[in-house]
Amino acid sequence: MKKEKSIKGHGENFMKYRFLLSELVHKNIKLQYRDSVLGMLWTFLQPLLMMIVLSFVFGTLFGRDSSKVVNYPVYLLCGRLLFDFFSSSTKRAMKSIRNRASIIKKVYVPKYIYPLSSVISTFVTFLISLLVLVVVILFFNIANINPIHITWRIVFAVVPILILFVFSLGVGMILATLSVFFRDIENIYDVLTTLLFYVTPIVYTIDRLGFAAGSIELKIIKLNPLYGIIDMFRACVIWGGDAFWQHWSMHLMLYCCAAAVVCLVVGFLLFYKFQDKFILHI
Amino acid sequence: MKDYAIEVDHVSMKFNINKEGVDNAKEYLIRLAKGNLHFSEFWALKDISFKVEKGDRMGVMGFNGAGKSTLLKTIARVLKPTMGSVSVKGVIAPLIELSAGFDQNYSGRENIFLYGATMGFSRKFIEEKYDEIVEFSELKDFIDAPLKSYSSGMKTRLGFSIATSVKPDVLILDEVLSVGDAAFRDKSEKRLMDMMDDGVTVLFVSHSTDRVKKICNKAIILTQGQLVAQGDSDEMCRIYNQMVKNR
Repeated sequence: MKKEKSIKGHGENFMKYRFLLSELVHKNIKLQYRDSVLGMLWTFLQPLLMMIVLSFVFGTLFGRDSSKVVNYPVYLLCGRLLFDFFSSSTKRAMKSIRNRASIIKKVYVPKYIYPLSSVISTFVTFLISLLVLVVVILFFNIANINPIHITWRIVFAVVPILILFVFSLGVGMILATLSVFFRDIENIYDVLTTLLFYVTPIVYTIDRLGFAAGSIELKIIKLNPLYGIIDMFRACVIWGGDAFWQHWSMHLMLYCCAAAVVCLVVGFLLFYKFQDKFILHI
Repeated sequence: MKDYAIEVDHVSMKFNINKEGVDNAKEYLIRLAKGNLHFSEFWALKDISFKVEKGDRMGVMGFNGAGKSTLLKTIARVLKPTMGSVSVKGVIAPLIELSAGFDQNYSGRENIFLYGATMGFSRKFIEEKYDEIVEFSELKDFIDAPLKSYSSGMKTRLGFSIATSVKPDVLILDEVLSVGDAAFRDKSEKRLMDMMDDGVTVLFVSHSTDRVKKICNKAIILTQGQLVAQGDSDEMCRIYNQMVKNR
């Protein structure tokens, strides 16, 4: 009985503050490029330029294996766009509580609004930046250089994107809680994301690592949910044709779903348990 | 049965003061492993209970460090009490610090919406009150300029105008409000007085017995986290003046 009431209370509280959530999301997006000459255009330019740089650096090294990659710049862009959303949304969520110290100390606000708004606003920017992928694919298809065969299966791309959102929110909540109590997390996490970038097959294909199928090393790499999420996304974009089922694994999908949901639940519980103590530490 | 706007029930607030300042993970883990994690406890509030009737104006007095601000923060739901409970009926408007909810890179107009949202107002409500807020703050000509170009007086004027645009049930005032120049101060005081005439419940923290007498009809006195006296404001002011003399 009491529990029911408290769930209803949370719902009402969320409805009361949903305008704050939308204000914060708008603010994060609006302010990101305010005072810059090109403004929102950077959302497209930044990943595009990054793709060109990385294609030059790693293209000759990893791009030759065309049966596994099809089109190296597109292969790279798929991985990097998703990874970039993960790393910047979790970093922003991590800092969201500490950056609002002056507000949290003075006014009552449901605190989860801050990490949540960080992740949502990064997600919106990410969705806009997916247009770069469309443009790049169109460019290669029209120029007829390693064209990508796009099919209706591209709609499946929603699945990895949603899993990624849930996973990032979960990780963001965990980091936000931890960083209130231990500042070190912010420094450690910068290094960790760099490490994560290289242990996730983004610039290379997993086969290039040369581990035997079923080897322990391969299993460890596949434990990383980002591997599965990016792999599924690529399957939808690059291998939407007959080869789709060779690239899309249901096991992997279930594993990623489970990992993301576990992360979110742990994140919310951790945050919920410690949120009343935030004010004493920020 | 009387109608209470605020009920504070056996509230205690404990702070752990950490002696060595452990704020990094390494130190924390080492100390945790050694079983050497010591905190000294500090009770900022000790078993405080009182009730404020609807429409009452309650003064909160006490020396520095007596726990006045901590008490207000527990009532405003910013701090969760270690023990006991606080219940408040209706909308609380805390006028504790007037510039916390702003973003420096946002214009005045955008900040009105952001600040209002932080106070828990809806978009519709702010749109309705927008003109009134701008007019009261006297910032019409600067409303589209970024907040970083505002003077501190302009910021507090804007904050005050937004925070008081709502008709609250409970108004929390910490110390004397110094809002802008003399003219604006008169205007803002008048607005607060109007609210009080409308039957708003007020919690007012001050060192000045004159102001407490002027504004409040009831008062409480805190000393080192304990509630030592409560009653009519005139009598409480007399006791407080006595305490100041004997200090």
